[in-house]
Amino acid sequence: MKLFSEELKVINIGLESFRETLKKNDVKSAHVKFRPPLHVKPQFLLKIREMVSKTEKANKKALDIIMKARPVLTDMDKAINVIPGMKKNLILHAGPPVVWDKMCGPMRGAVIGALILEGFARNEKEASGLACSGKIEFAPCHEHNAVGPMAGIISASMPVFIVKNETSGNFVYATQNEGLGKVLRYGAFSGEVIERLKWMENVLYPVLRKAIEFSGGIDLKSIIAQALHMGDEVHNRNRAATSLFYRAVAPAIVRTAQDSGTAASVLEFINKNDHFFLNLSMALSKASLEPVGNIKNSSIVTVMARNGTEFGIKVSGTGSKWFTGPAPVPDALFFAGFSKEDANPDIGDSAITETNGLGGFAIASSPAIVQFVGGKASDALEYTLKMYEITAGENNAYQIPSLDFRGVPAGIDLIKVVEKGILPFIDTGVAHKKPGIGQVGAGVVSAPSEPFVKAFESLVKILC
Amino acid sequence: MIKTIVKKGAYFDSVTLMNLAKDLRKIQGVDDAAVVMATPENKSILKSSGLYDAETLAAASDNDLVIALKTKTNSGAETAAKKAEELLKPKSSSHDMGVFKSGQAGHSIRAFDSLEAALNAFQGANIALISVAGKYAGALALKCLYNNLNLMIFSDNVPLETEIQLKKTALKKGILAMGPDCGTAIINGTPLGFANSVRRGGIGIAAASGTGLQEVSCLLNNMGFGISQAIGTGSRDVKKEVGAVTMIQGLKALANDPDTLVIVIISKPPHPDVLKKIAGEIKKIKKPVVSVFLGGELKIPDKKNFYNVPTLEKAAMNAAVLCDAEKASAAKQNLYNAVSGIEKIAQKALENKTAKQKFIRGLFSGGTFASETQIILKDFISPVWSNAPIVDKWKLKNPLNLKGHSVVDLGADEFTQGRPHPMIDYSLRNSLIISESKKKEVSVILLDVVLGYGANMNPLDDILPAIKTAFKNNPGLSIITSVTGTETDPQVCSKVVQGLEKTGVIVMPSNAAACRLAGTIARGRRIISARDYEIILRGIKSH
Repeated sequence: MKLFSEELKVINIGLESFRETLKKNDVKSAHVKFRPPLHVKPQFLLKIREMVSKTEKANKKALDIIMKARPVLTDMDKAINVIPGMKKNLILHAGPPVVWDKMCGPMRGAVIGALILEGFARNEKEASGLACSGKIEFAPCHEHNAVGPMAGIISASMPVFIVKNETSGNFVYATQNEGLGKVLRYGAFSGEVIERLKWMENVLYPVLRKAIEFSGGIDLKSIIAQALHMGDEVHNRNRAATSLFYRAVAPAIVRTAQDSGTAASVLEFINKNDHFFLNLSMALSKASLEPVGNIKNSSIVTVMARNGTEFGIKVSGTGSKWFTGPAPVPDALFFAGFSKEDANPDIGDSAITETNGLGGFAIASSPAIVQFVGGKASDALEYTLKMYEITAGENNAYQIPSLDFRGVPAGIDLIKVVEKGILPFIDTGVAHKKPGIGQVGAGVVSAPSEPFVKAFESLVKILC
Repeated sequence: MIKTIVKKGAYFDSVTLMNLAKDLRKIQGVDDAAVVMATPENKSILKSSGLYDAETLAAASDNDLVIALKTKTNSGAETAAKKAEELLKPKSSSHDMGVFKSGQAGHSIRAFDSLEAALNAFQGANIALISVAGKYAGALALKCLYNNLNLMIFSDNVPLETEIQLKKTALKKGILAMGPDCGTAIINGTPLGFANSVRRGGIGIAAASGTGLQEVSCLLNNMGFGISQAIGTGSRDVKKEVGAVTMIQGLKALANDPDTLVIVIISKPPHPDVLKKIAGEIKKIKKPVVSVFLGGELKIPDKKNFYNVPTLEKAAMNAAVLCDAEKASAAKQNLYNAVSGIEKIAQKALENKTAKQKFIRGLFSGGTFASETQIILKDFISPVWSNAPIVDKWKLKNPLNLKGHSVVDLGADEFTQGRPHPMIDYSLRNSLIISESKKKEVSVILLDVVLGYGANMNPLDDILPAIKTAFKNNPGLSIITSVTGTETDPQVCSKVVQGLEKTGVIVMPSNAAACRLAGTIARGRRIISARDYEIILRGIKSH
């Protein structure tokens, strides 16, 4: 027996006291903190062990495609003109499919706002009546090559960014970010909200479109790579990325805007909104993941999205099928006057950033927001380190300085999530559960286990 | 009132939680407390102990932690809840920057989040010690095998078909799968799991019994001998379905190991087909082999240098003689002297007893000791009742309702559901020591005290109060025990022996010796007969 002639090196999994014995006897050892797997049939866990060589090969291929993605902001247009399948009476929303009856407060509020914006209704009552009349259709952004933060509402007339993945040639669409406070994406639909949306359509959009055209496209990957070195994780913190974007477009805006007053108003708007870049970070993530949406045998998670009622995921090897479970209420820091009682369950397509290895997965890059995760920089490091456990690899295009420039954990591997019982960690904003109030806090949330359990069982059946 | 707290996704191992519950029960105003993961099994335990709160627990599942408290007052519940939170907080969050990137570990403080992370950081790892809940152990062990790690699986309750799959895979890869349900092993001199600190030497052990392995290795150590390797196979290895895969693999490994001069096999009686397989393997071995199948027998007529013996003590003695006869003679002499002392001790004990005091009550933490005790006692007295009887008709109907001469294995499944093993937690046995001492017919309480890594670290503090109460209840009572341990064990054997003796406990050098003394007393004769001597000496005579 080879073991008898070797130095004993022990991996201890389970009782910590056994490791203490080893330490006392000067035996080299490492301790693994055991977490039970997610609640799936035990024979499935044994079965998948025999299949992992296949899945790992497929995942490697998928990860390669994700890492080679080169998303560029190429243009802008009205949703109706560019989003595939977009119609006047279609409203796109965040997360997995949901009907009006099941929509949460903030999503209903945002739908009401969109119907008023489109001129289909004059007030809340008319809009609600129309929304449940059957004349309005609803569909997830994710099913139309689009993504939207929080309620994620996109209606026909809204202008959208067009992001092209130059490597794979696919396009993704996302709206312009409205800023914080009372905004449509948090379910607010008062006069000022609609007015701002009108201004974004009539002033912001044409100016930005011309500037983007003038600049010949803006490389989003390079902005994010730099922003991670400047304290962003590009989900809950976008201050650096927004500043870099500002530097990229400002000269072009000044050169192409019809007058200096218009140019200044647009630049002021971007400057005042630390989250302006969020929608672009989401579009980049979606554009990077879209090409691996359906790879045989791959267990890479391609979508994580919430509609405020349910949390849904898609997995490469199971293609376009959604796997869903109830959306959890985030742990958050609340604005003065609000508490967890007011919080809506998790909402938004923005978890696409985590799916792409950013956001919560890269929180070690963002010491400025560690108060969301316990207050210490080391807490943030722990969260990112844990996410390496459930990813297929590391994306070296996006590096984390505090981890000696290690690439972000990228390509969530469903099998690892289930086997290790470690759920993806997501940074998130929190909406008030009633429509019309808006954001009440920001914080973090772990993905619920149910969608992963369902997806795993489905994948095992396909594989075996 | 019942207060229930559910913490979603907070996993702790059961040993941590049982200790925590023990601490919570000590808080004033707390009548009962349970801290468990919300598995279906644990939920039914909560139900049966009246701690189940259907409303709170409906949505809780395997990965959620439940703190259930039964208290008289609201404030008691609050205090206990606060204490629980405090105890559950991680002790330290120290960081070891060296493991952020792949590289070297080995003495790192940081616990790894996964096997992969540990493998990545800890180059050359060659064995995994798995002690997670049984239902998770199988898939984890399989992953270890695919990574070419030898295995010691301490976990029990692993499905039998999973054990077979694991052992076959290991065999194919030429690596060792000790367990599931392997409590003890000593590899390259390192104690793994529940094991004692013994010196290295020429005797190799393959054992399907953890306590048996501990007793034999300690007896050998205390006679001046050492262990080359001690391979645990797990208790089910000798079942028909498993076919002694690990036992045979272990025997081959010991036969080929240049440091092993003598081989000892320890097991409860294997399935007859399996015993044949083991015999076949023994025939191939050129080194001397000693086997003890507690309650079973093995004859291999034309095999030289093979000795099947009835007790653990004799197995140790034979192995010692075979290893170095000269060195063993001193140990043999000591044992002879101890035996001649038995008469005096027994006589003295009998002087204080009433006419009614007749019976032995054996309360064992080691299952193999419970077997060995019955085997030895049957030469003195009969019947001996047990929850794990060697004769089926002597099964105790209720393992807590002892009658006549009884021997109870407190490590049996019926006692270990939801509480730590009796080698760690003495509370159940302590209450039995006290309740049995009150019975007029009880003459001898026979115990085992197992030391070593993994066992109770403060055995005297935990057992002496119960023993003192027992002597107070019953001044004529004899309490007899052996202490399985060595001087280099963390508890230090001689200290424990002294502490017990000071309190009036009779400590014998082996469980077999303790049984013979108990048997002699139970026979109740004031003068030991020639036949008694013969029986006693038969136990220690070598070949």
